[in-house]
Amino acid sequence: MMNRRSITRRAAVAATTVLAIGLTACAPAGEGSADGDVTLTWWHNGTGEPLLGFWEDVASEFEEANPGVTVEVTAYQNEELQRTLIPNQLRTGSGLDLYQQWGAGELAAQVEAGYVKDISEDVAGQVDALGGVVAPWQVDGATYGLPFNFGIEGFWYNTELFAEAGITETPTTLDELYEAIDALKAADIVPIAVGAGDGWPAAHYWYNFALKSCSPEVLQTAQADLTFDDPCFIEAGELLEEFIATEPFQDGFLGTGAQQGAGSSAGILATGGAAMELMGQWNPGVMGGILQEETGDAEATPPEFLGWFNFPAIEGAQGDPTAALGGGDGFSCSAWSPPECSDLLEYITSVEVQTRFGEIGAGVPVTPGSEAGIADPNLQLVFDGLQSASYVQLWLDTAFGATVGGAMNEGIVSLFGGQGEPASIVQNMKDAAATL
Amino acid sequence: MSISTVGAGPAVSAGPAPLAPPSPARRARKRSRGLLLTWGFAAPALVVYATFVLVPVGLAAVYSFFNWNGLGDLDRFIGIDNYARALADPVFLGAMRNNALIVVLSLLIQGPLAIGIALLLNRPIRGRTMIRTLIFVPYVLSEVVAGLAFKLLLPPDGPFDGMLTALGWVGEKPLWLADPDIAFWTLFAVITWKYLGFAIILMLAGLQGVPEELSEAASIDGASWWQIQRHITLPLLGPTIRIWAFLSIIGSLQLFDMVFILTGGGPLNSTETMATYMVEYGNGRSQIGYGSAVAVILFVVSLVVALLYQRFILRRDLAGAITKGG
Repeated sequence: MMNRRSITRRAAVAATTVLAIGLTACAPAGEGSADGDVTLTWWHNGTGEPLLGFWEDVASEFEEANPGVTVEVTAYQNEELQRTLIPNQLRTGSGLDLYQQWGAGELAAQVEAGYVKDISEDVAGQVDALGGVVAPWQVDGATYGLPFNFGIEGFWYNTELFAEAGITETPTTLDELYEAIDALKAADIVPIAVGAGDGWPAAHYWYNFALKSCSPEVLQTAQADLTFDDPCFIEAGELLEEFIATEPFQDGFLGTGAQQGAGSSAGILATGGAAMELMGQWNPGVMGGILQEETGDAEATPPEFLGWFNFPAIEGAQGDPTAALGGGDGFSCSAWSPPECSDLLEYITSVEVQTRFGEIGAGVPVTPGSEAGIADPNLQLVFDGLQSASYVQLWLDTAFGATVGGAMNEGIVSLFGGQGEPASIVQNMKDAAATL
Repeated sequence: MSISTVGAGPAVSAGPAPLAPPSPARRARKRSRGLLLTWGFAAPALVVYATFVLVPVGLAAVYSFFNWNGLGDLDRFIGIDNYARALADPVFLGAMRNNALIVVLSLLIQGPLAIGIALLLNRPIRGRTMIRTLIFVPYVLSEVVAGLAFKLLLPPDGPFDGMLTALGWVGEKPLWLADPDIAFWTLFAVITWKYLGFAIILMLAGLQGVPEELSEAASIDGASWWQIQRHITLPLLGPTIRIWAFLSIIGSLQLFDMVFILTGGGPLNSTETMATYMVEYGNGRSQIGYGSAVAVILFVVSLVVALLYQRFILRRDLAGAITKGG
């Protein structure tokens, strides 16, 4: 048995190596050559500007400050990077040093397989400085990566359409949100755009209801043990069912994508086709990109009518009313990376680099002291929301990992489509957890 | 006087060596050199084929018996659990049903439609070449481009709905891609649009092999156009139809790109196929072992269908096409 296993494993490694070399044409990195020179291979998902150029600048600055170190930085499309390239490359045990990391469930699986370097000691200072936002990049108390971008979700809304419907204040409770929906419908405006065709944007409604129905302790236990027995999870589905019954979404939302083109939910909001969209901190950037494509104007910016408010509190619910749902992007060092990897990661999360990250408007920087850099007023709103949230729960599909997360999202979308029940979402999650 | 330069006859006059019958040793050497050449030329292709086809297929079969998320050692052997799970999952069974439905609908709708149009286009009509080109254009487009185009055309109140309004359609339009009861039929319509041209071109090529003399003779005997098609053209078109049906069946079983781009298998799994289901689990949900089991099921279904079809339906057409060599 042992032999057969090692043969199949070797065959697997050989095949993936051939593929990896063929696809990326990169030499094994991270190994110091005879004269002490070091090459760091760094993969991220910033395929578009301004992030692409920004990371290239950061790489060359690090090279200049560290003679003998070469940083080979490459951007790959997000899903391709996350689901295919990184797992394949990690399996070969070489060729990748610093890579994009979304934390929690996925990180835990990589740590368990022995692919990620424990950098707790190397970046102890940064961990202290960053505080709670590092939690998704920690497993069993040890740090396996650092975030550079962390934000929370909320409703992005069209201030002009709100004014047209006579809504003067943003909703702070679920009842007020229902009133706003009624007012918008009365003014013949589609209240909310949702990209249920992609699954996760619809699922985020359930996440928010779960966040407001379940106590932080229940959510943390659920994340650690993948147990979903608390009745608050079914309650979240019941709240969602009531919400869907008010028909707040655009026609055909089951077939709408989230972020590509004018027909996507972000595009519908950006072009004034709906008044709100529940989405993460990246939404203004996505809308700016869609408007650039639609208008052919390379200088097009996110719409000026945008406003932002956190998902409203629910009267009488068990959860923390000021809790927020969010997540971020980080980087991890592979287990075989040279010591310079954590140095680079430390540089990326330095106040100086983070301030510039805020300035280019690509996300919300995490290092205290870099807030001043946040130039985009929309990102400032997200940052303020993050500051005033008492508890931040990581996106549930990231927190529970891809297997449970995928099953959970599928169950939620079924509820959106009028199939299934609140209890079947929880059953889906339990069934998926049982296959792990 | 003729001089024979081939064969094993006696050498004429002082014929050069090649005219003499080769000795057995020499023949063996020549044959081994031929073999070496054959394998030498085939080797690069074989290496590529083995690396990118045989090894992955073998690995998928191995992975399918493990609970594996794609990371770390392959050490959680679970036997046939992945297969049992797939065959008990209503979503996967629905995907299989969708594949089967597309096979049947393609044969029943695309086939007759293609034959009908090919018969019409085979007659001398004005602008025939242009019509043929127009019909073939969708097949030339890549699936991704065609899928994306329809995705942009078909949203609620999108360009297609606008066109319907302009044509006088009043009232509610169906949610082409967003209504679970309709999306499958929209998908099938787009697939038909995409592949009908290919079927028509194939049929037209087949019609070139139908001797005109037969139709002329029948016509002189008083047969109508329909009778000629029914009793002469269609039977002679048989081999082409059977080959097209084979390609159509295999393509329908492995349908992926168009669905992935157009609907992603949704809404509510109504357009899921075995291939989109496999990618959703293998890639999207990091269940490489389970996704591999689905891949193996898809492979076996396609292989069995292909072999049965060749054995029972294509046998006559292939007779003589595959020789034993030598």
